[in-house]
Amino acid sequence: MDWFILQLLNGLDKGSAYALIALGLTLIFGTLGVVNFAHGALFMIGAFCAVTLSRILTLSHQVVDETKTDFLGNPLKVDVPYVYDIFGESMGASIIDWAVPLSILFAIPVMIGIGVIMERGLIKHFYKRPHADQILVTFGLAIVLQEIIKYYFGANPIPTPAPEAFTGSFDFGALLGFDPGSIIYPYWRIIYFIFAAIIIGGVFAFLQFTTFGMVVRAGMADRETVGLLGINIDRRFTIMFGLAAAVAGLAGVMYTPINSPNYHMGMDFLVLSFVVVVVGGMGSLPGAVLAGFLLGILESFASMREVIEILPGINQVIIYLVAIIILLTRPRGLMGRKGVMED
Amino acid sequence: MSKTNLTRRGVLKTGAVAGAGLALPTYLSAGSHTGFTNAPGDSSVTLGFNVPQTGPYADEGADELRAYELAVEHLNGGGDGGMLSTFSSKALDGTGILGRKVEYVTGDTQTKSDAARASAKSMIEKDGAIMITGGSSSGVAVAVQALCQEAGVIFMAGLTHSNDTTGKDKKANGFRHFFNSYMSGAALAPILAKNYGTDRKAYHLTADYNWGYTTEEAVRSSTEAMGWETVGQVLTPLTQTDFSSYITPVLQSDADVLVLNHYGGNMVNSLTNAVQFGLRDRQVNGKNFEIVVPLYSRLMAKGAGANVKGIFGSTNWHWSLQDEGSKAFVKSFGTKYGFPPSQAAHTCYVQALLYADAVQRAGSFAPCAVVEALEGFEFDGMGNGPTLYRAEDHQCFKDVLVVKGKENPTSEFDLLEIVEVTPVDQVTYAPDHPQFAGGALGTCNNGA
Repeated sequence: MDWFILQLLNGLDKGSAYALIALGLTLIFGTLGVVNFAHGALFMIGAFCAVTLSRILTLSHQVVDETKTDFLGNPLKVDVPYVYDIFGESMGASIIDWAVPLSILFAIPVMIGIGVIMERGLIKHFYKRPHADQILVTFGLAIVLQEIIKYYFGANPIPTPAPEAFTGSFDFGALLGFDPGSIIYPYWRIIYFIFAAIIIGGVFAFLQFTTFGMVVRAGMADRETVGLLGINIDRRFTIMFGLAAAVAGLAGVMYTPINSPNYHMGMDFLVLSFVVVVVGGMGSLPGAVLAGFLLGILESFASMREVIEILPGINQVIIYLVAIIILLTRPRGLMGRKGVMED
Repeated sequence: MSKTNLTRRGVLKTGAVAGAGLALPTYLSAGSHTGFTNAPGDSSVTLGFNVPQTGPYADEGADELRAYELAVEHLNGGGDGGMLSTFSSKALDGTGILGRKVEYVTGDTQTKSDAARASAKSMIEKDGAIMITGGSSSGVAVAVQALCQEAGVIFMAGLTHSNDTTGKDKKANGFRHFFNSYMSGAALAPILAKNYGTDRKAYHLTADYNWGYTTEEAVRSSTEAMGWETVGQVLTPLTQTDFSSYITPVLQSDADVLVLNHYGGNMVNSLTNAVQFGLRDRQVNGKNFEIVVPLYSRLMAKGAGANVKGIFGSTNWHWSLQDEGSKAFVKSFGTKYGFPPSQAAHTCYVQALLYADAVQRAGSFAPCAVVEALEGFEFDGMGNGPTLYRAEDHQCFKDVLVVKGKENPTSEFDLLEIVEVTPVDQVTYAPDHPQFAGGALGTCNNGA
């Protein structure tokens, strides 16, 4: 039983990332009708917001330490962060330690800005073009964005640890009456799951309980009629693009302590997230979330050694296999609506 | 009245022969008058540096390129000469190679076999490169090595660790200075036994490609020979980024050691995940749980950050070595670029010098003459102690470093500490060792 809970937890945290990215993708598709292949790049840029803030906080001046030498035998130059000078060493170290959570505040305006610029500057010109054109242009944009990141940050992963207070693992085994240590789970992954749940809940609440959200939902259902009522639906959709970019960006920020960010991380998630969207049902927000968690959990169980021994390679194809079965039995996906992507 | 013998069949035949002749790759025809491919003129010679300039190993490729540029500078008499002053062979004198100024062209392998072959082919056919060197992957090395064999140029491998490069896929025109999976296993096993004991249960996570298989096989056989038991083995997709679902089953097994047969981004992520899941804080079978990374690189260690602390692995070379060759290279490289070189930079620099030296000693650029000069060549002063380029498989035999993630690094480059310099005898194997079985060197190819 303990192995089951452990793999379930794994699936939930993996599903959180899929669900967050797929949610943004679905928001953009549902509102603007655009298939955005640059969405993974937004996730990656969010992660690099954390790297950037971390670098800003560790901006340093050099002090020569005559007692030590560097690799060439010269007196060692020690980097002293400016935040140490401003806040003192103890406080300064704490601020640097909390760089990832602080990056949330930094990433929100940056990601909304990038989203709005992207939509106004490029995407809007492709609203009436075929989906194939949209895919090509957004995929091209994704490659450009990742090359820019690689140029400035390099190709190697950059460690961006969680605050010291959140390193280590929680012992679910002891809590649930199993052997202590049999079900342990990293604190940060638990936080990631809770964070994802809050963001997903927030987006749903925003769409469900605000006037803005109501107009957006109306626009998603019938854009033309809402426009005829004198409502500037385009402006609201632009804001929704910014919001979707922010959701992807925040997912990226919080993901950095789980895996060191690199320029390619967006592409790693993109294809799977599209499968999630299709399985969930194009344009269905609850479907995206449901499919995200479902496929995350399936992938987790398929990676178990006992499963791989019976079905070698199943860990690499399980998501696609399930996607095929679901699409054969439910062509619109789990919660897809009639008429979406069927023209 | 004259009558021509022109027939439809005859025209077609002639056309086909002429077309085939025109379509013949230029490396098969260029320079044929000299008896070998891309024979240089009297003033300069062109080397081809085929490194990953884009893709996941671009940083490692950039370091390789820096090293090659430094080597070219030294070969042409520039800079402080670097390892030329410590190299046991004194054939090179800073006047280029056989009196020709060394020039170079670069290609981008992208760490993809097909792209690497295309860039190597382009450098050979269009740029006239007489030797191809570099790379950061065994798949690329094997592919480019085979191309160079066909084309009749020398291939001096860069960073490639799979047994197969000088095992079943070895070629007469190819040479590897870098160590291999077998050597990692042979060097690591005694240190692991000494530090963790001989009664251990190991669980392997292995990257699902050629290098992963040979590394797992090497580490398994070395550790099992000293008493360890292998209780689990799982292949992980090369594209995997989150290894949590592969690591949690380790918690459920009775393994007390996790061996991560991963490299590059895979290693950074799997090690980070393993540490996050508290594996290093666990007690299993009354022992501390341990993690092992068979192949380390400083660039990877940088990516994994503090997670590498105290974790054993092996490496081909490290900038903190204090022999005269290493010190000379670190000084040259560090002065020029402002930071110490990586092991990838070292092996590439050494390979460029070894090639140049072999040509100089052979008195000819002809690949077969170079092969003869390199086979069985013994040298020293290049940072790894006395080294032999074995004739039977074109693999360098030298000491191997066992390293450990440093507990208190003083800089972003000071991440690994040398635990032991494993003597060459301990990592030497017979040319027909089962882990290297199959394949044959064949005969050298001068091309043309």
